[in-house]
Amino acid sequence: MSGFARPLKIALGLAVIAALIIVPMNFNRYGLFILSQWAVMSIAAMGLNLTLGYAGQVSLAQGAFVGIGAYAAAIMTTHGWPLPAAILVAIVLSFAIGWVLGYPALRVQHHYLAFVTLAFSTLAFLLFRNESWLTGGIYGISNIPRPHIFGIATNKPLPFYYVCLGSLAIVSLAVWWLIRSPWGRAFMALRENPLRAQSLGIDTRRYTLMAFAIGSALGGVAGALYAPLTQYIDPVPFNLSLSLDLLLMVIVGGAGFYFGPFLGAMIAVLLPEWLRFTEGYYLMLYAVAVMLLLIWSPTGILGILDRYLAERRTKAASALRAVAKSRLETVQ
Amino acid sequence: MSAVLEVTDIKKSFGGIHAVNGVSFDVRQGEILGLIGPNGCGKSTLFNCILGQLTPTDGEVKLDGQVVTGLRPSELNKLGVSRTFQLLQVFPKLSVRENLILAGQEHQGNMASRLVGRSDAGLTEAANQMIGFFKLDHLADEPAGGLSYGQQKLLDAAMAFMGGPRLVLLDEPAGGVNPSMLADLKERLVAINREKNATFVVIEHNMEFVMSLCSRVMVMAEGKVLAMGRPDEVRKNPAVIEAYLGH
Repeated sequence: MSGFARPLKIALGLAVIAALIIVPMNFNRYGLFILSQWAVMSIAAMGLNLTLGYAGQVSLAQGAFVGIGAYAAAIMTTHGWPLPAAILVAIVLSFAIGWVLGYPALRVQHHYLAFVTLAFSTLAFLLFRNESWLTGGIYGISNIPRPHIFGIATNKPLPFYYVCLGSLAIVSLAVWWLIRSPWGRAFMALRENPLRAQSLGIDTRRYTLMAFAIGSALGGVAGALYAPLTQYIDPVPFNLSLSLDLLLMVIVGGAGFYFGPFLGAMIAVLLPEWLRFTEGYYLMLYAVAVMLLLIWSPTGILGILDRYLAERRTKAASALRAVAKSRLETVQ
Repeated sequence: MSAVLEVTDIKKSFGGIHAVNGVSFDVRQGEILGLIGPNGCGKSTLFNCILGQLTPTDGEVKLDGQVVTGLRPSELNKLGVSRTFQLLQVFPKLSVRENLILAGQEHQGNMASRLVGRSDAGLTEAANQMIGFFKLDHLADEPAGGLSYGQQKLLDAAMAFMGGPRLVLLDEPAGGVNPSMLADLKERLVAINREKNATFVVIEHNMEFVMSLCSRVMVMAEGKVLAMGRPDEVRKNPAVIEAYLGH
């Protein structure tokens, strides 16, 4: 799909992975927290990228699923359950709720669907805030423990960063597999032309529900990691603005591109830190940067790269044709 | 020969407009039935009713004697009914080969095996054969959106055959295709009809194409069947000349 040679791509990938493992060893507590947050948000954004970027179903509820996962993990681990069990419950719960939330998408699309999911997002927030017997209400849940993985305590920032990074690696591989499978192709068909997809035997109802359920399940995974990362949760981080942030990550990175969410999450999580020296102006600069980007390239940052590579391919192809033509003329 | 498709008294109204107003016909195994008629006479609406894209107001559709009225398009496709569209409907960002794999993948295995199994659903070989059959070899890895209109029409037709259908409904396959490519397309359709004993229903305005391809022709006007018969019979029918062929 891309113009890079395969060995170069593999080398680049390995270098990035090595850097993600080695470089943070020298980071302070805060740097590790930010990087762990990037890993967690990348997982949530990847989920939304499946639902929105690949399958074309607009959702403003991804933040709510992060909340569902976070509360599931917080409640379970503070009651003595191990984190992997909590992650499993978060996946099953988010998958099931995401499946149900997919039903409106069988009837309405685009901005109507956005409003349905927005309403769900608000509903989830109210549940987190009001059902204090379960969620601790506005006081939230504190002292969320970090897990022991293979007998190693991950209380310190660096080991827990590796938990987040490892989880990101597993999710990345799973998503890579999914989008390369016939399911991924069916999701894209759903986005591009549902009518034609149906006539080719693609059960658009089932794939739409699956796109919602799987995307939501990844939101749940992110939440189940977010809870032990911050070790304290309350309803505020999971309000509508998180859903909008995640949407922004997917769009800015490049919806429907595999690496879009990694890049989008990096910008959304790291840019505010880098722009901190501007003090009060950073949100304004961020807003202006996003507007300019989307005017220039509605398909996000990876959209720019994709366009550039497509242009280069076209040029290469026409150059080949020109050479072939001149040879023909010489022969004549 | 037995009937593959039996359509009985299909009606479809939009508000007060009777787009299809009581159409009955059957299509025999291995037949190529042409469907002609002036614009707006209800041909495409009839197709959509048969294919489950529209629910008929009244009437019945039978496939091999089984009632299939009201089934969803994807379910009908699984039963071996395929179609092409009047307007181009390929997936422009996917390559030609990927389009063909997509067109066949739902006929391989089940949901679970399509998730854990091979990414091409074992269809690369079949897709390559189809590409060769439709003479699209040099374009196999090109994004379908970059093909010429005529080439996309060929791909659209090829996609309809990937699932190994027994009945294919083609909506204006020749529209906008240049004469040499049209001859190719006709040759391909006849070959598939002979080799696979596949049954076709073809909507088309290109009379030469219809009359030379089809064994029977059905003429529609104002939502009803005006005439049905061999091409030469239909061509001489005064009512048909009056309504459609005339001038």
